[in-house]
Order: sequence, then C-alpha cells, then structure tokens
Amino acid sequence: MSEAALSAPKTRLNRETVLILIGVALLIFAPFHVYPVFLMKVLCFALFACAFNLLLGYTGILSFGHAAFFGGAAYFTAHAVKEWGFSPELGILTGVAGATALGLVIGFLAIRRQGIYSTMITLAMAQMFAFFCLQASFTHGEDGIQGVPRGYLFGFIDLEQPLNMYFFVLGVFLVGMFMIWRIINSPFGMILKSVRENENRAISLGYSVSRYKLAAFVMSAALTGLAGGLKAIVFQFATLTDVSWQMSGEVVLMTLLGGIGTFVGPIFGAALIATLENYLATSEFPVTVITGIIFMVCVLVFRRGIIGELYASRLGRMLASKPEN
Amino acid sequence: MTATQTNPAGGRGTSSPLADQRQGPSVVLSARGLRRDFGGFIAVNNVDLDVHHARVHALIGPNGAGKTTVFNLLTKFLQPSSGTITLLGNDITKTNPAKVARMGLVRSFQISAVFPHLTVLDNVRVALQRPSGLSTQFWLPMTSLNRLNERALELIEAVGLTDARNSTAADLSYGRKRVLEIATTLALDPKVLLLDEPMAGMGHEDVHTVSDIIREVAKDRAILMVEHNLKVVADLCHQVTVLQRGEILTSGDYRTVSQDERVRVAYMGTEHD
Repeated sequence: MSEAALSAPKTRLNRETVLILIGVALLIFAPFHVYPVFLMKVLCFALFACAFNLLLGYTGILSFGHAAFFGGAAYFTAHAVKEWGFSPELGILTGVAGATALGLVIGFLAIRRQGIYSTMITLAMAQMFAFFCLQASFTHGEDGIQGVPRGYLFGFIDLEQPLNMYFFVLGVFLVGMFMIWRIINSPFGMILKSVRENENRAISLGYSVSRYKLAAFVMSAALTGLAGGLKAIVFQFATLTDVSWQMSGEVVLMTLLGGIGTFVGPIFGAALIATLENYLATSEFPVTVITGIIFMVCVLVFRRGIIGELYASRLGRMLASKPEN
Repeated sequence: MTATQTNPAGGRGTSSPLADQRQGPSVVLSARGLRRDFGGFIAVNNVDLDVHHARVHALIGPNGAGKTTVFNLLTKFLQPSSGTITLLGNDITKTNPAKVARMGLVRSFQISAVFPHLTVLDNVRVALQRPSGLSTQFWLPMTSLNRLNERALELIEAVGLTDARNSTAADLSYGRKRVLEIATTLALDPKVLLLDEPMAGMGHEDVHTVSDIIREVAKDRAILMVEHNLKVVADLCHQVTVLQRGEILTSGDYRTVSQDERVRVAYMGTEHD
C-alpha cells in the first residue's frame, strides 16, 4: 500500500540531486569566468537570504532585524581576526557565536508576540543594536573596522589568493546550505512547517510552539552570522551598512524576489539584487529606485517569486514530479 | 520532556484514575464556577461542568451563548477570570494549552484546523511525532519519520481517507478536512476530546461518517462537543448541557432537556428536525 508513496519521492530526489550537482559544478567553474569577489558577495548574500528564509518561509516569522545578526557577526569576526589575531575560521565561528547570542535575546522577545508586532520588536531591537555599533569603540563608528587580514585558513592555506578564498567561501556556503536543507527536511522542520501552517492547531497537538519558534529563530540567526562573518573576511572590513535597517529590508527583498519558502529561491533573489547593485553602481541610475520598482513588480505580478513561479508552472511540476492521486 | 505529563495509565484501557472514587462513569474533566469577562462583558459565568469517561456530552445553546469561550477556557487557550478546572484529578487552572494537550485533553476548532499545505499523511504524522519523541531532531533526515507511517495509515484508514493519503490537505473537500482533523486528534490518543461543531457545514453522508467515528471513539474516551444539529445530539449524546448568555440553563439527558420549556424559549422554537 505504501509502495506508491515511497517510490515517488525517490525519483524526485534523483532529479533534485542532478540539479544540485549541476549547480555546484557551475559554482566550481564560475570563478574562471566571472570576477571572484563578485561571486563571493553573491554567495554571502545568498546564504544570508537562505538563513532568513528558514525563519520566514519555513516558520512563518517575519524578522525585520536580521541585519543585527549579519552585521553583528561581521563586526565580531573582523574584531576577532584583526585585534585578537584569530585565524579566519575561528574568527567566523566567533561571529556565529555572537550572532547566536543576539538571536537568543532578540528572538526571546520577538516570539512573545505575533505577526506585525513581532516584526516591530525585531526592528526595534536591531535598531538598538545598530546604535550600539555606532557608539561602541571597538566598531570604530563611522569608519568601521578596516583592513581585516584574510590570513591563513587552518594555518596554511593563504586566503589572499583569490581562488583559495573563493573555494573557502563556496565550501562554507555549501555547508551552510546543507545545514538549512537538513533542518527543513527533518522531524524538527516538519514541526516548524506545522507551526507556520496553523499555530493554534500545533499548540492543540501539544507542541510548545514558542520553543520551536525560538529554536528556529536562533538557528536562523546563527546561519546569518555565518554569512556575515564570511563577508567580513571576503571584503576585509565591517561597517555600519551591514547592521542598518536597509540591510534587513534588502534580505526581505531578496527572499521575496526568489520565492519565500522555496529552498533555492533566495539564492536567485540574492544573485539578482547583487548583480543589479554591481552594474547599476557605475551607471547614472539610482539603484534604490530600480530595486524598488522590481519589488513592486514582484509583489503585483509574480508574488510567489522567481522560483516559486517556476515551481507553480508546468515545467516546475514536471521537475518536482509530485506523487499523483 | 513531555512523557512525564501524560497519564501513566496510558493505552486504551477502560479504567480511569477516578473510577474507584465515584459511583457510575468517572469524571475526567470538570469545571467549577468557571467565569470569564472581557472588560465589562461577562462571556461565561458560573459554569459547572462534568465530563465523564466513555460518554458523549453535548454543549448546546444559541449563537453567542459562550460555547466556544467555554472550550477556550477548558483547553486554556483563554485564562478563566475565576473558577477551577480539573483534568484527570489534576488542577489545570493555571496550565498552558500545549501542556494541557500533552496531559490528554485535545480539542478541535470551529473552523477546520488542518495543516493545509501538508499532505494527509504528513498531517497525521505531525500529531504522532511528539508522542514518539521525534519532534526536536533537526539533524535527522525526513525518512526517520517513516516508522510512524504504519500507525498514521491505520488512522487514515479508520476515517476513510486512504485514497487521499498523498493529497495536499487544502485540496480535500470540507467534510474530509474535518475527518482528517479527527484523525490527527486521535493520533494523540487523548483521554478527553473537545469537538467544536464537528458537523458544521457537512453534507448528510459526511454527518453519518463522522457520527459513526465519534460513537466508536467515545467507547473509551470522554467527548465534549458543541453541536447545532440537534438530531446528531439526540443520536449521539448521553448528556446535554444548555448554555444561554454565558450561564448554564439546564443539564441532563436529551429527552429531559428537550422538553424543558426554558430551552424551547431560548431556541425560539427550534424543533428537532
């Protein structure tokens, strides 16, 4: 009886595996054709957006304060590497630890309320943290932490070499993505989805929903911290830009554009926004106007986002090959 | 973490912790002097209620009588302003709703409460995950949940949804969504079931199906249900409590209650159709 149910996901997994392998292969060969620093920027933001999507898309919590985790981790990593002489991998772990702690505090307060109120709490807390970053001495205020050395990975891989740096970033990105994928497709992830779908029903089934929400919030913050710390090593600086509320807005935009609640959607959203910023930076067009227009078009015309629309289309359904009944 | 809260008696036995303390069927859920006000408005006042093991108890009354509020109070989705609630001998007046559910008091909602974008199988598995201790593992693959399939498919079969087990819950008809909800509720093997209008909006066929399921389920559980369909109440329920303006008008078996003049007035002549 369960044969049909078991065989269908298997073919689906195979197709997905093939698509993932193609994607990874493209990323391996990409730096030989595209400017590596740009690619690294895309990967950092893609991981950021996917970590954010873990919370928005799979738990149903909209945070407008994720810049605190992203920028905070960048500061912690930059400080640890530059002032304390940490190796890059330890520096990034310091960033992750800092973002996790921040996530615990902000998440603890935010999950006390629902919907817009919860979002406002995240925004307020992130703004307070941004102000702290402006005032604290270790962040060097408006100047930010500049000239962070990339150092030697594990003590012997020179990250000043662009390709070494790129493959390190790609490795961290893939590990981060795997962790997100594992969380989503786990028993825990199933409960997160049920909370997203119907919170009261989840409570009435005996789940202490706030614990699951907090856990998801902290995991999202930690993975965001991974992206933020990585970015500090790539660009060798940490500034106020990364903790500002605009950054929180940008990640919402990336996720929405790519497709909320789709696993790979935010990667495409992040790539699109980063590309636009890169190319428009040298032109006369103001970037914010263009991204604003794209945002409106997305909301009005393709609300599911690029990948969300693709999944909904015939091609997407064919690729996903959902079990028929 | 949760196992300690469930009733140690467990299983589907017919004995109940209070069985030897009382005459007749044992009381598993009781409320005394339950009251809830919202600002100046008293939604529920001085409600005493005893729900017995292996009995179906109906809570009826006109719209706005406070039936759903009583449900929310009993399941602790709302905190009572005063009064006490006892579940299986434990005072749950101050307990949170998730814990109440873990203690064996599970409710359904007036509007069908399924997880719309999950499949039927996943809907039931979500309910089975917690009692099986498979709800916090974020490092395990989804296939670790396959050992719940057998039990889940049993429950799905019991409510006649086998053909739809891989459908998305949102695609089911209204009646089948409600039936799915009952299956997920039963997955918890609750001691007390609170059903908020389980038949509302259903066709005749579905009403029969659900009635049969409820009758079967009630053999070793207590059921408290809000229901407007008085034919269903007459057929199914051992006891009926009538609420009006937040207070209990009367309580007793269906025949006694339906012949009560005050009940007829409250219902403005609603007849047994």
